[in-house]
Amino acid sequence: MGKAIAKFHGTLQTEEVEVNLADNMILLNQKRVPAKTLYWEPPVSGTIYGTLLNFKGAIEKMGGALTEPPYKAAPKAPVLYIKPANTVSGHESPIPIPAGETFLEMGASLGVVIGRRATRVTESEALDYVMGYTVVNDVSIPHESVFRPAVKYKARDGFCPIGPWVILGDEVENPDALSIRVYINNELKQDNTTANLVRSVSKLIADVSEFMTLDEGDILLVGVPENAPLAKNGDRVRIEISNVGMLENVIVHEEELMSGGDGQ
Amino acid sequence: MKQTRVAYAGGIYHATEAEEGLKLQDGRIVAEEEVVWLPPVQPRTVFALGLNYSDHASELSFNAPEEPLVFLKGPNTFVGHRSVTRRPSDVTNMHYECELAVVIGSQARKVKREDAYEYVAGYTVANDYAFRDYLENYYRPNLRVKNRDNCTPIGPWLVSADQISDPMNLSLKTYVNGEITQEGSTKDMIFGIPELIEYLSSFMTLSPGDVILTGTPKGTVDTKVGDEVITEIEGVGRLKNTIVGDEASHL
Repeated sequence: MGKAIAKFHGTLQTEEVEVNLADNMILLNQKRVPAKTLYWEPPVSGTIYGTLLNFKGAIEKMGGALTEPPYKAAPKAPVLYIKPANTVSGHESPIPIPAGETFLEMGASLGVVIGRRATRVTESEALDYVMGYTVVNDVSIPHESVFRPAVKYKARDGFCPIGPWVILGDEVENPDALSIRVYINNELKQDNTTANLVRSVSKLIADVSEFMTLDEGDILLVGVPENAPLAKNGDRVRIEISNVGMLENVIVHEEELMSGGDGQ
Repeated sequence: MKQTRVAYAGGIYHATEAEEGLKLQDGRIVAEEEVVWLPPVQPRTVFALGLNYSDHASELSFNAPEEPLVFLKGPNTFVGHRSVTRRPSDVTNMHYECELAVVIGSQARKVKREDAYEYVAGYTVANDYAFRDYLENYYRPNLRVKNRDNCTPIGPWLVSADQISDPMNLSLKTYVNGEITQEGSTKDMIFGIPELIEYLSSFMTLSPGDVILTGTPKGTVDTKVGDEVITEIEGVGRLKNTIVGDEASHL
């Protein structure tokens, strides 16, 4: 069992729970219940920062383009972007696919949840600023160029499911050795690990907090592995990160969601 | 109506403009210098526009973009009127950007440009500093250039939309140590306020309190430690910021 923070539908406060990752049973108020019987909301409400090109494979895939126009040189500092508030949703919330799009990219990422305000922290102390870890699906409309910010492709409503919970930092011995697996309709589509990060979790926190403050409750996404799988309307997507959890969502045409219902 | 948020005597207050000074929510009148000015809106989602004035785009050797060049900013970067902003010691070009900031007043989704002003709560002034030494060509302008702590002064006031008859015809001016260094007009925006609201709300939902920084005209020059930078927009406000050094001790 691992200690975690969760937020359930119908309450304002978060709850401390224990999670058994082997069978997805939750210990809540001394009762053991299956995770799938609960209604999960996003467990945190801070700013969400994504990191571009932080997997070695993603850099390799860019190949010679890194040194050609418009990029001209490989990135030096962490390249970040923001997933704004309208994108955030929870476990089992539908992911809206916009009219006119056939596929969406499923950007599986470890989310590092900041526990206390981090400004100019060193690599060796960085993990002291981590409250825990969660699973994030950094959804995008497929796009080639990363020269200009990708707001139109990455900041759509519902494009950032998070959860189901935040596993507390003490429960994860080494955040740089976690497997990341993406299943679409139960078929394994991606298999990678945070061992392939360009900047480790602690190095990333240090390098980001050198130029901007990460606040309590903010989430820093460590990056999306290369060859993010594509999903289409009706697909059920599951992202599993070892020792952290599994996040599931279904792709649904946005027209079917416009009434404001969450599909549950 | 002009309103803002201030810290005064250890508390945080909403305040409105008084004949002299500011009127706190409890009716007390206090002097401008007695309060710490906070950003007039608590930032939620903040959009900023790059290259949205053709004279500034050509100043930077870029063609005017075919669709709005939009990036996002985090809450860490905002500070209020009469604030200070740090200039990192290794930087050779730190320039101000005087920008009209549009504050959204009601939820906006798939809004047509002819209806766009119905979704505006009001306007304020922003100074969207850039640190060109840190520019890299990935998601440019990258956050290291545009999202540093306390590097986006905003304020002093949120001026309600009914006070501004034509937001697309306002003069913008920047003064460095009292000398005018930047001058333009919002009428020269490439994508105007109605187009920007139509564009953004076409693919995502805008909410009350969201802010759009609409870009800057030409005339951005390097500023040094000690410089007093005033960004001013006609009828909206005069926003002051001072550049300080990067050293740890300010005793």
